[in-house]
Amino acid sequence: MIVANKNKIAEMAENMSGMDAVDGRSLWADARRRFMHNKAAVVSLVILALIVLFSFAGPYFAVWSNEEIDWSVMGSAATKGMPSFETGHFFGTDDLGRDIYSRVIQGTQISLMVGVLGAFVAVIVGTLYGAISGYVGGRTDQIMMRIVDILMAIPFMFVLILMLVVFGRSIGMLFIGIGLLAWLDMSRIVRGQTLSIKNKEFIEAARATGVSGFKIITRHIVPNLLGVVAVYATLLVPGMILTESFISFLGLGVQEPNTSWGALISEGAGTIRYDTEWQLLFPLAFFVVSLFCFYFIGDGLRDALDPKDR
Amino acid sequence: MLNYVIKRIAIAIPTMLILIIISFLLMHSAPGGPFTSERPLPPQVLANIEAKYGLDQPLWRQMINYVWSVTTQFDFGPSFKYKDRTVNEIIGQGFPITLKYGFWSFVVAIGVGIPLGAIAAIRKNTWIDYLAVGVSIGAQVLPNFVMAPLLVITFTLWLGWLPGGGWNGGEWKYLIMPVIALSTSYMASIARITRSSMLEVLNTNYIRTAKAKGLPASIIIFRHALKPSLLPVISYLGPAFVGLITGSVVIDIYFSTGGMGYFFVNSATNRDYSVMMGITILVGFLTILFSLVVDLLYAWIDPKIRY
Repeated sequence: MIVANKNKIAEMAENMSGMDAVDGRSLWADARRRFMHNKAAVVSLVILALIVLFSFAGPYFAVWSNEEIDWSVMGSAATKGMPSFETGHFFGTDDLGRDIYSRVIQGTQISLMVGVLGAFVAVIVGTLYGAISGYVGGRTDQIMMRIVDILMAIPFMFVLILMLVVFGRSIGMLFIGIGLLAWLDMSRIVRGQTLSIKNKEFIEAARATGVSGFKIITRHIVPNLLGVVAVYATLLVPGMILTESFISFLGLGVQEPNTSWGALISEGAGTIRYDTEWQLLFPLAFFVVSLFCFYFIGDGLRDALDPKDR
Repeated sequence: MLNYVIKRIAIAIPTMLILIIISFLLMHSAPGGPFTSERPLPPQVLANIEAKYGLDQPLWRQMINYVWSVTTQFDFGPSFKYKDRTVNEIIGQGFPITLKYGFWSFVVAIGVGIPLGAIAAIRKNTWIDYLAVGVSIGAQVLPNFVMAPLLVITFTLWLGWLPGGGWNGGEWKYLIMPVIALSTSYMASIARITRSSMLEVLNTNYIRTAKAKGLPASIIIFRHALKPSLLPVISYLGPAFVGLITGSVVIDIYFSTGGMGYFFVNSATNRDYSVMMGITILVGFLTILFSLVVDLLYAWIDPKIRY
């Protein structure tokens, strides 16, 4: 009897210590759970992951690389260059005999890279600028925000094209240009959030213990902004991709031999009169599906992280 | 109100000056002068040409001259590539075309977007709501440079109803596709904004009061609900205007309509800096002017806003 009871007590003690190990749900775990309930967002995330995977794994299945030219098709893409498994041109070719499949892979890599890097630049610059402006406040804040107002009134696409013409057209220039001009919205949003955070007790405590202003911004304010920044950054990426595609569509962005979705859509759009619609439709499909995914993920994140919803 | 107007104008003027100075400095930091060509000119000829265009003067003087002639005489100087044409002539040729299809795109975006969004909100969760939401989500990923080729495939190559490009003096057949391609994504955004703000307004207490009083639905919607729900739409008009004018570049290139965008891209590939600057500054001026008008309109409609 006593032995059995002892066993039971030990078991109960074990159970209790086991229960202790269960953590409370953190803010991020909560947001993740909410995000996972949003079907459209999760499906979008999966599709987008597949597209990224395709842009890296795709070349291993390609018969033609993006640098090879199929001389037998050159000049007669409309009759010989259609998509087919026999010739190895899964997405067809263009009139120069270049393989659309390989070029779409290349374009996907470059468009996604410009989108993500452009958004990255914009997020870093915008977050720091907005956080400093909001935290310091007063006259500095007014001047910094007035500068943003002025820059926002400038027709950004035209200035960007001007910059590309002046400094030469390269991918590096493109994403610096896009990123540097796209941080304005970000800085406004971050400033607004900072204003509401900076009067909280923990900031006061940090100030009272003598933490420096810059450290308060980077260690205490910016981490609390991450939710807003994450939502806005996912919505920035498709915006960046749209901008890049727009400029490449005009022939002023990514230059040969590199390519991007915009450049491919532009080529395809220019040749639809010659019955090579696959040249337009394959890059277009990738472009449209990816943008859809980014928007749905952004929406899902916003719902998951929106403090109003709790 | 008057104070606010003065304050807004006081911001607009330095904005304009900064835009002019930025584009001027950008242009001058370009490697190689405007007359560098593959066949180098004899130095005396080059010096003469530079003197003619005032390029031999120090930078600050050139800048002051440029800002002065732009702001006081609206003179953007001569084109660097077409020796016999001034920038003003080029803008004068392209601008009316851009203005015409731009105006109609704006009308379509507002005239279709607002009713679509309002009806979707009033008939929430019916097929028309789903249609409007579907259209506005779809159009988000169909920017003008995607719409344009898709329209040409459908209406020119497949159905053969409309010409695939050209302007022909702005005849309606040549106007339809540019207007649709340019306005679709803004129409969709306006519909989405109208729908969500209308839904919010329809849930307010004063609308419930109006319903309880037994007012007919048409009066509730047109007199009480529509005006406050249009406020977010009005603040979207500024960005929409910028988007339309930027999108006109794609329209001009793809449909060969011959508007300002054509000259802009052409001069970008030719490095014809004075034309590029002229168009950038003109667009900037229009943008600033338009956002000023929108802000004043907003302040006039919404009496709660006091500055």
